[in-house]
Amino acid sequence: MGLELYLDLLSQPCRAVYIFAKKNGIPFQLRTVELLKGQHLSDAFVQVNPLKKVPALKDGDFILTESVAILLYLTHKYKVPEHWYPQDLQTRARVDEYLAWQHTTLRRNCLRALWHKVMLPNFLGEQVSPKTLEDTVAELDVTLQLLEDKFLQNKDFIVGPHISLADLVAITELMHPMGAGCQVFQSRPKLAAWRQRIEAAVGKDLFQEAHEVILKVKNTPPADPTIKQKLMPGVLAMIQ
Amino acid sequence: MGLELYLDLLSQPCRAVFIFAKKNGIPFQLRTVQLLKGQNCSKEFLQINSLQRVPVLKDGDFILTESSAILIYLSCKYQVADHWYPSDLQTRSQIQEYLGWHAYNIRSIFGVTLWVRVLAPLIGIQVPEEKVNRNRTYMDHALQQLESKFLGDKPFLVGQQVSLADLMLLEELIQPVAVGYDVFVGRPRLAAWRGRIEAFLDTELWQEAHGPIFNILEQMAKKTLPVPPPETQKNMLFRISKIP
Ligand SMILES: N[C@@H](CCC(=O)N[C@@H](CS)C(=O)NCC(=O)O)C(=O)O
Ligand SMILES: N[C@@H](CCC(=O)N[C@@H](CS)C(=O)NCC(=O)O)C(=O)O
Repeated sequence: MGLELYLDLLSQPCRAVYIFAKKNGIPFQLRTVELLKGQHLSDAFVQVNPLKKVPALKDGDFILTESVAILLYLTHKYKVPEHWYPQDLQTRARVDEYLAWQHTTLRRNCLRALWHKVMLPNFLGEQVSPKTLEDTVAELDVTLQLLEDKFLQNKDFIVGPHISLADLVAITELMHPMGAGCQVFQSRPKLAAWRQRIEAAVGKDLFQEAHEVILKVKNTPPADPTIKQKLMPGVLAMIQ
Repeated sequence: MGLELYLDLLSQPCRAVFIFAKKNGIPFQLRTVQLLKGQNCSKEFLQINSLQRVPVLKDGDFILTESSAILIYLSCKYQVADHWYPSDLQTRSQIQEYLGWHAYNIRSIFGVTLWVRVLAPLIGIQVPEEKVNRNRTYMDHALQQLESKFLGDKPFLVGQQVSLADLMLLEELIQPVAVGYDVFVGRPRLAAWRGRIEAFLDTELWQEAHGPIFNILEQMAKKTLPVPPPETQKNMLFRISKIP
């Protein structure tokens, strides 16, 4: 059995993995795990990842979770172009730095923005207080500013003139609040131009294909009560 | 100028970096940044890290933040023993897998205990009981996942030898222990794992790295901890308000 990727394109780290594999012509079997249907909680998937999260990779007997680990694994195993994870020690360290930083900052805030603004009220029927929503959006704003000032600065991409894993992981996050209707690029011309460069680098079609689901997420119909009950604990833990 | 490390040994990622550099005989200048004195908000330090956080590495003109990135940089630059960051692809990937999980599930949870027991009281705040209990539930849950998914029956997180993942984890777990909440009690497998790492590090290095954190309760009782300046207290209040 060749490479298998367990993904749901609703999830931002899954989109990063998907785009990366496709862009680099890495052959894989797509195993879709529909989060909104609770498929990540199924017995079959728990065999793959007992932590019940996507993305997950299976390569023969070897199972790997966590998007950053998966991206690095693919980078090394498939000898992709060097710019994704540069050989130069210091440039590479910059990629690692961004990938370490984003977990509890950009990732967390983009996730919360989507769930507080759209998924909790529309999909799970849970009201979110205006104060919570306001705080979430404000925190996202602060993080976006850091992304711009500390990481992107005046460069074309996060670590220099070429796209790297850092950009891919960052942009797939930003598309989450976009899906929620936050206009993250509108008043941020630098980030907007950077997004265009990323789209050009990975290819517009692929970028669009990967983001189709998230950009339509507002139309998700409400969950039925059984699904809601099943998903709620995981969701609350995830956006805490 | 050679390698400089900006650290405060009260901070868990700083201790991981400190122990790693010392254990591997990497020569560095220690630049102590005392968080309790607000030294991370000083003008000088702002030049080093606009995010006002430690640890930071400075190697000539090159400045790097984030403990895991620093550890990986040091591993490659100083060609330390392979077990720290193994070149075998699958093993290395497992370290990355652990670090990814750690960032969200360990890092943000275990440090709360220091805030509850020391940092909040230091500025006259009591963290509500409800939050303290919730934090304990999170810790228990994380430790369960840690033991079942990551440690299992292995001697170390990714196999037979200590790696930088073990160091990152251990330092997070030391935080509650130092303030009297011993997460190793009742968890023999985890306790044995800690014992293996302690045995691997020299006693002297262990004591040097953990002196400040293991003395913190005593310092608090004797009221010899620095009183944070107003600006720092403001940051601390904000941080305390964010405890879930
Ligand atoms: N740090 C992980 C995050 C994985 C994660 O949280 N995945 C989410 C989707 S974005 C998930 O599977 N959530 C299901 C749940 O928590 O119940 C990574 O980067 O891969
Ligand atoms: N993810 C970072 C975390 C760095 C961090 O949170 N440092 C804390 C000390 S443990 C700090 O400098 N806090 C000061 C502040 O936030 O004002 C790493 O692993 O290096």
